[in-house]
Amino acid sequence: MQVEINVNGKARKAEVEDRTLLVYFLRDTLQLTGTHVGCDTSSCGACTVHLDGVAVKSCTLLAAQADGCSVTTIEGMAKDGEMHPLQEGFRECHGLQCGYCTPGMIMTAADLLKRTPKPSETEIRFALEGNICRCTGYHNIVKAIQWAAENTAAPMLADSHLWTNDVVVEKVVETE
Amino acid sequence: MSNRYIGESIKRREDKRFITGKGRYTDDIVLPGMLHAHFVRSPYAHARVVGIDLEEAKAMPGVIAIYTGDDVAAINGVPCGWQVNFRNGETMREPKHPMLIPTGSTAKHVGDAVAVVIAETKDSAIDAAELVMVEWEELPAVAAPADAILPDAPKVHEQFPDNKAFDWTFGNPIEEVDAAMEKAAHITELEFINQRVVPNAMEPRAYIGSYDETSDKYTLYTSTQNPHLIRLLMCAFVLGIPEHKVRVVGPDVGGGFGSKIYHYTEEALVTWASKQIGQPVKWTSDRSEAFLTDAHGRDHATKAEMGFDADGNIVGLRIKTVANMGAYLSTFAPAVPTYLHGTLLQGLYTTPKINIDMTCVFTHTVAVDAYRGAGRPEATYLLERLMDLAALEMGRDPAELRFQNFIPPFDGVEQPGYQTQVALQYDSGNYEAVLKRGLEMLGYENFRAEQAEAAKTNKILGVGFSTYVEACGIAPSAVVGALGARAGLFESAQVRVQPTGKVSVFTGSHSHGQGHETTFVQVVADKLGIPMDDVDLVHGDSDTIAFGMGTYGSRSLAVGGSAIVKSIDKILEKGAKIAAHKLECAEGDLEYAEGKWTVKGTDKSIGFGDVALTAYVPHVYPAGLEPGLDFSSFYDPANFTYPFGCHIAVVEVDKETGKVTLKRMIAVDDVGNVINPMIVDGQIHGGLAQGIGQALFEGTIYDENGQLTNGSYMDYCMPRADDLPMFETDRQVTPCPHNPLGVKGAGEAGAIGSTPAVVNAVIDALWSAGHKPKDILMPLTSERVWEAMN
Repeated sequence: MQVEINVNGKARKAEVEDRTLLVYFLRDTLQLTGTHVGCDTSSCGACTVHLDGVAVKSCTLLAAQADGCSVTTIEGMAKDGEMHPLQEGFRECHGLQCGYCTPGMIMTAADLLKRTPKPSETEIRFALEGNICRCTGYHNIVKAIQWAAENTAAPMLADSHLWTNDVVVEKVVETE
Repeated sequence: MSNRYIGESIKRREDKRFITGKGRYTDDIVLPGMLHAHFVRSPYAHARVVGIDLEEAKAMPGVIAIYTGDDVAAINGVPCGWQVNFRNGETMREPKHPMLIPTGSTAKHVGDAVAVVIAETKDSAIDAAELVMVEWEELPAVAAPADAILPDAPKVHEQFPDNKAFDWTFGNPIEEVDAAMEKAAHITELEFINQRVVPNAMEPRAYIGSYDETSDKYTLYTSTQNPHLIRLLMCAFVLGIPEHKVRVVGPDVGGGFGSKIYHYTEEALVTWASKQIGQPVKWTSDRSEAFLTDAHGRDHATKAEMGFDADGNIVGLRIKTVANMGAYLSTFAPAVPTYLHGTLLQGLYTTPKINIDMTCVFTHTVAVDAYRGAGRPEATYLLERLMDLAALEMGRDPAELRFQNFIPPFDGVEQPGYQTQVALQYDSGNYEAVLKRGLEMLGYENFRAEQAEAAKTNKILGVGFSTYVEACGIAPSAVVGALGARAGLFESAQVRVQPTGKVSVFTGSHSHGQGHETTFVQVVADKLGIPMDDVDLVHGDSDTIAFGMGTYGSRSLAVGGSAIVKSIDKILEKGAKIAAHKLECAEGDLEYAEGKWTVKGTDKSIGFGDVALTAYVPHVYPAGLEPGLDFSSFYDPANFTYPFGCHIAVVEVDKETGKVTLKRMIAVDDVGNVINPMIVDGQIHGGLAQGIGQALFEGTIYDENGQLTNGSYMDYCMPRADDLPMFETDRQVTPCPHNPLGVKGAGEAGAIGSTPAVVNAVIDALWSAGHKPKDILMPLTSERVWEAMN
């Protein structure tokens, strides 16, 4: 079937199998390999992206379910060469080691900060409950999110560079 | 020599690509014409392959080839890299670990592969694999190590009916230990299981084999911790390909924790198949497959006894352990329970007599090998559980009992290293100081009062101590060779100064989260007195790096970093010759600082960049000196390094539910000199989480048929953010006396000390409320803790 999904502000049209998961549409069809696959039970959160502005696990959705929707991936978080505050926060606070869970962590945290611009430590830890990191013990991830919350005005987080459907279509990619 | 970067928490250079989604892990790589492999695996722990029918599978769209065990029978098995013989001299038993199980042979663990389907897409490979019809004859299986040595246990390998890979004894003669124990006023005895855990690096294993006919050359992209080691093992022992015809690349790797050290069958198979088919072949493990095929860790069944005299001095330690090797011997497996475990049983104590009796057995489970800490966590768990339990039994304070038995401080320079009863000589240590600092951070005096109050309520409190010493920076080649290693454990480094004075550093270490691209560059920039921006680190490619033993055993900086320092020394020595010639003075009149050679007592100087340019444009140049400024070095350490520390856990236990809440985790670690404190802290944090994970959450559950019943992230519990507190860390510095950076290694420490601290804390809580369990089986689930109170 054909899907048309706005990914990071660009309309992407492609033929996919009915069973194609959104994460493989992103990784294999669009070569947006920043979104990772860490498990097969929707438990680890490495594949977290935003669907119409809400954090979802892209291994749990069919590409078909995202037809007509907007998706933001880690590749879409920096805008005009400027990092998202969470990207800065992760670097500033050593919130990553091997980097594999990081995109999912940042996308989940962006969703949290959009809803709760000044979260407590408990709120942060609770929000990360669906994302597994095996390197950091979460300590510096919590600090990274606190850093981003402290160093960013709430309206900016609410915007969060999250793309919406009315972004001008810059490029259409069609595959067979 | 200037010192602008060493000791500073420089932000990581590698982060930019990871936080923007531009990291490049093996599965992210797409090669032209690339095909996809999917394995058909045994659903049984022990079953004979009676026959395989490929007809339907071969007819599926997109299928290019299907190989079975019969097709690859001529290929050798993956080798074991360490040989530990039986105590009676009998050679270690090394059953072949075949690429795929041939017809008539038996699969020996769930997940053992029988066929591989290679197809145009991953989905078509999976679809076709579903249609590979294997006729199985199911056989009885054994999964637990203690069960494997029972007389009527199912046999893993027919030729080894007792299921033993080898047995081993170490330390003082058992008669001496028995005699010491007989005189003991008190013996603390503990039988326990150090349960099997799964490393679970977040990036599943992934490999791409690619063959180029014109050059007769293979490239293997692999999620490995040691590309050169994989090349060596695969070329020399498995496929018989000349090494210069193979390039192994370890690109960005999403964590390892030991599980990506080993050479796996899938690596060799995709490499082999890429030549058969003439197209690149990729295999990426899914998580369920990873649970069944990645090497696991720990899995010891132990009986330990520690004897004390009437004053509380340790007089002897006697241990019997059965350790699980799994179905086959993985790359480092025999070393883990022996030379990485038995040799650490001195701990931080002056124990005069120690003996360990170890039996290493085959079972119908996937291989067990080194997992973060590898043997040292098991040794620390054993010792530190005994210490806290002994204190409870003897009515002593656990901290005081440790102070009484600690080896006194020694720096390895003024005072000699400490010779243990179990072969190793510790390099430097100051054990009292880390425990003192830990107690300060805890506020120990107040804690006991608080605990007494809590004991009257439903939420009881406990504190658990753990002080550890470990051996890392592995290792002196001659020593490990004498202990059975089939490889050296040196490291290589090349420092190439470009004509403009910019520097490329090539290391045989491999970063998969440790931050080498930052810390190694801090070292180089400081030693050369140039900006970090002028230095880049290259790692992970066997074609660009001369050689490498890789990253494991907390060895990268201690061994790999030392190799870099050796090359820098050579650069500066040759640079001085060139500088002296240019400045028309004697070499001895020069001093090097801030990136330039200066004639002592004058303002005459020449910069590093000018000397580099001269080396490559040698018009005015010392007679007889070779052009260029580029040096390689190999560093073979003089000894292991011995980091140590003190971990303290405070837990709250709900008496009604048995639920354990980790309230505080304190860690005071001494890892020698520190290049980047931010990164070292991060390593400690991650280790703590894994150690806490083993204590409270993690552990495989095999049923009586050898099925792993919790082989997914849905079922295997790992610590999540809301399970852990903020960690309270501090550091002490006792430099390593025998390597040029004075560093000891920090990668595993957190996982080594934390597990017994947490378990001890729960036991302490229960004793405070009048329950007196000696042990609770890890992981300490609510149910198990509740049972210990009811």
